[in-house]
Amino acid sequence: MNVEELTTVKEFEALYIADKDQIIADGYCGDLLSDVMANAPASCVLMTIQAHKNTIAVASLVGISALVICNGRTVAPDMLEAAREEEISLFTTDLNHFEAAAKVLALLGGGDAGTR
Amino acid sequence: MVYTAHMQEIPINTVTSANVVLELIYRLKIKDVMSTALITATKETTMREIQQIMRQERITGLPIVMGKRLIGLVSMDDIIQALDKGYIEEKAQDHMSSNLIILEDDMPISFAINYFDRYRYHRFPVLNKDKELVGMITNRDITNALLIEINREVEELEKRSHRVEGGIISEEMYTYYIMQNDFENAGHASTEIKKRLKSASIAPQIVRRAAIASYELEMNMVVHSTGGRLIAKYDANELTITAADSGPGIEDVDAALEAGYSTASEWIRSLGFGAGMGLPNVQSVADAFDITSSPKGTTVTVTITLASGEENDNER
Repeated sequence: MNVEELTTVKEFEALYIADKDQIIADGYCGDLLSDVMANAPASCVLMTIQAHKNTIAVASLVGISALVICNGRTVAPDMLEAAREEEISLFTTDLNHFEAAAKVLALLGGGDAGTR
Repeated sequence: MVYTAHMQEIPINTVTSANVVLELIYRLKIKDVMSTALITATKETTMREIQQIMRQERITGLPIVMGKRLIGLVSMDDIIQALDKGYIEEKAQDHMSSNLIILEDDMPISFAINYFDRYRYHRFPVLNKDKELVGMITNRDITNALLIEINREVEELEKRSHRVEGGIISEEMYTYYIMQNDFENAGHASTEIKKRLKSASIAPQIVRRAAIASYELEMNMVVHSTGGRLIAKYDANELTITAADSGPGIEDVDAALEAGYSTASEWIRSLGFGAGMGLPNVQSVADAFDITSSPKGTTVTVTITLASGEENDNER
């Protein structure tokens, strides 16, 4: 799938789309940034509640394509700014990680989580 | 003595100007810049003797001390007054200026720059925490120190702009300064390292490992140390990342290398850091790993082999 397909999830609100054609090959959920750093696959969409600009730094470093900020957390303006600079697509949603991941998983092609 | 602690204007835009110079004037301390070869006189010294010392040493002001305590200052102006009013043979104690404006050795030089702008003096005495006279600072001292440091920074910039994009890495070294609690700029050094490796077409998995190691080390210094430096040294075969901070040291290094051990505060944890995975993460991505720690500081050295080969690109 690609970033554009994430915009089809009605519960996701797109704050910034870097490149609608960018490939999303996988998903990851995590709020511990060290864990995200160590384990999130490249070209994935990350579900997290860490709505600050350090998350963008982590995403950029490990090659995460898009972020979905869960639980209706408010995105700090400097985070949005950083997302633009680093060209990482940014979404928010009132869904929690589990619910958001279920939407992503459906787009990635069903119940097989082992898409890597 | 008048002591004014609040910050005021410096002659460059502090909001949108180049970070390098701003960073310098906050990073450099007065004690790094001041002259410590002190020429002093006592209150018993006559104004005539002081005038002669000034001429010999080619200075325009002389601190008057009792032991290490600063009690006054005789300036060229005081000497002119003494000559004019006929008390040049009298002792300094009656004619020195004792209402002094001083600086402290721990202050950033931004304070000194500001003081030179605000007060029309040519030199300021510098005291340490124990109120002992430890140096004198002049505009010239600041100019010299800034020239040297700016030159060093520009050299790095030139080196960076000269390198061939996409080219193979030859010997290069970059130093990044990491400030305590500076979450705002955390990740800058790692991003630069990542970009450098990418431009040399290093395999993505190796770039990722370098990014993880440098980011965790950078974050560790932001969160736990009083500040430090991250040095990235490249050569054709490997990247060596050295993170050296100025304290307070890790009490139990073995524990810190165990996953889940953390001394981070609640606030740090709420930001998603301090889960006790930093050093273990670094260790797991490094080809070589070394750590030494004392209350004076912690130094972590990580080597990442750049020569690809077996590691194939299965990302993207």
